[in-house]
Amino acid sequence: MKLTDHESAMLAGAEGPARKYAMEQVVSVGQFFDAEDCVDVAQVHLMADPESLGEECVGFLEGLAALPEDQRLVRAPTVTDPRGVDLQAYKRLKQTEDQANLERRSIAAFRALGVMMTDTCINYQTIMPPVLGEHLAFGDTGSSIYANSVMGARTNFEGGPSALAAALTGRTPRYGFHLDGVRKGSTHFEVDHRPKDLSEWGALGAVVGRDMKSYWEVPVISGVESPPTSDELKHFGAALASFGSTPLFHMTGITPEAPDLQTVFDGPAPAATPLTRAATIALRDSYWPADDRLDVVVFAAPQLSLMEMRDLAGLMQGRRVNDTVTLIAATSPEIKSACDRMGLTATIEDAGGIVLEGVCFYQMYAREIGEANGWTRLMSNSAKIVNILGGYGYEPMLASMAHCVDSAVAGKIVGGAS
Amino acid sequence: MTRQSKQGEVFQGHVGIGLRVTGEALVASDNFSARYDLDRLKGIFSRQQHKLCGQSYVGKILILNAAKGGVASAWMLREMAARDMGPAALILNFANPIMAQGAAFAGLALIDRFDGDITALVKSGDRVTADPAVGTVEIL
Repeated sequence: MKLTDHESAMLAGAEGPARKYAMEQVVSVGQFFDAEDCVDVAQVHLMADPESLGEECVGFLEGLAALPEDQRLVRAPTVTDPRGVDLQAYKRLKQTEDQANLERRSIAAFRALGVMMTDTCINYQTIMPPVLGEHLAFGDTGSSIYANSVMGARTNFEGGPSALAAALTGRTPRYGFHLDGVRKGSTHFEVDHRPKDLSEWGALGAVVGRDMKSYWEVPVISGVESPPTSDELKHFGAALASFGSTPLFHMTGITPEAPDLQTVFDGPAPAATPLTRAATIALRDSYWPADDRLDVVVFAAPQLSLMEMRDLAGLMQGRRVNDTVTLIAATSPEIKSACDRMGLTATIEDAGGIVLEGVCFYQMYAREIGEANGWTRLMSNSAKIVNILGGYGYEPMLASMAHCVDSAVAGKIVGGAS
Repeated sequence: MTRQSKQGEVFQGHVGIGLRVTGEALVASDNFSARYDLDRLKGIFSRQQHKLCGQSYVGKILILNAAKGGVASAWMLREMAARDMGPAALILNFANPIMAQGAAFAGLALIDRFDGDITALVKSGDRVTADPAVGTVEIL
């Protein structure tokens, strides 16, 4: 791998142990994927919830944070993915002091490194939207796939240690989705319907994601007749990335690198796999449980936009969540502040909901809070969260936001599978 | 019919990450994510739909198809290793950047991109050596 003099100096430790670790990480990953050199990154999005970090990785961060300022400060603008503990609300959720303390320690370490604690996975909607062709180091599969696909920016999935390495060096290895050739379409799907709500957009993404063979497969979706909203693309992409570990999709006539099939495939398009409404609904209904018991309703993954918070407040206005059910909505600090100002938080909480800021449900010790609160049956309009939480001991179910709210109010799952 | 692996067989993959390691293989044709699939406190697969659900991966040469899911595995592999609750090596048909980043950070052996389907070439219980420096898995 070809390194500049400056990169070689960092690798040799000339700028301290933090940048040495960071360049070692960059080179190790770059060599694994046959990268020829590095690219400068314009922005870093760093995922590092305390459940993932554990004592070991928090200790690692504190070691970096103890270095002199010139050795520890990040060199690219760096923002954070959701945290694991909302320090204003953790006691309501029966999170422990140990969990909260690990969160406090990791926040202190990141601040010492010059990281901006935005605590959001919807940074592309709320902080600094990426632009076409910009090289990034984004963590969170949802932010990565949105930046690549909808914005036309360029990033691989950058897990925490590598996003931090990119932040400390300003570099990431040039491989994968930084390269023109890798971004061309490889598989063709044609959709014959328009999903009716966000849960259906997520289910559609899940159907495509389930079919992906590896990280390197790039699905192209044709047949979407008019632009989806940012939230619809958010749920579609987040589910696709979650079910498929896929960082890029194209939608012909919609996303910037797919003006038409010929361009996105760099030649004739392969035969299309149909994406039917029946397949979307079948995926959603595959989570339908055997009985109507309900413990918790979660709106998160990705965090809710202002529009979603408005929709949720509209559905909950003047109603009351049943005492046997907990309803949680997670959003970013910026959107929470806007919701406080606009009265949306009060509407949701007056109806018995809990609005969390700067966290996301599956990143906040989901197994432990499930056990502490006696939650197993979970309902959400997020295909991504439904996919994740099966491994955390939950019985998750996918439904529209309205269906979730109706069920929370009734205290049981209402209606039936399609 | 299950293929019988033979002593001394060597399977060639791409040059990997980490140090040479020997251990018992745990194999399935399923995919892998530390967050989605594991109870990391107990050291077992916990996702009901996973073929290895209920089985311990601790200290095993874990051989699976492709990396799936989110980015958390990049931190989690080191956190698991620090508690001596991680696999001894991760062998995949297709890694993604997250597994490579996590392996580099954890010092975990990782090899992928074999000539054939590695999940069909090795079976659970085989004793194998994984050598990332040359990208090989050898049946002992």
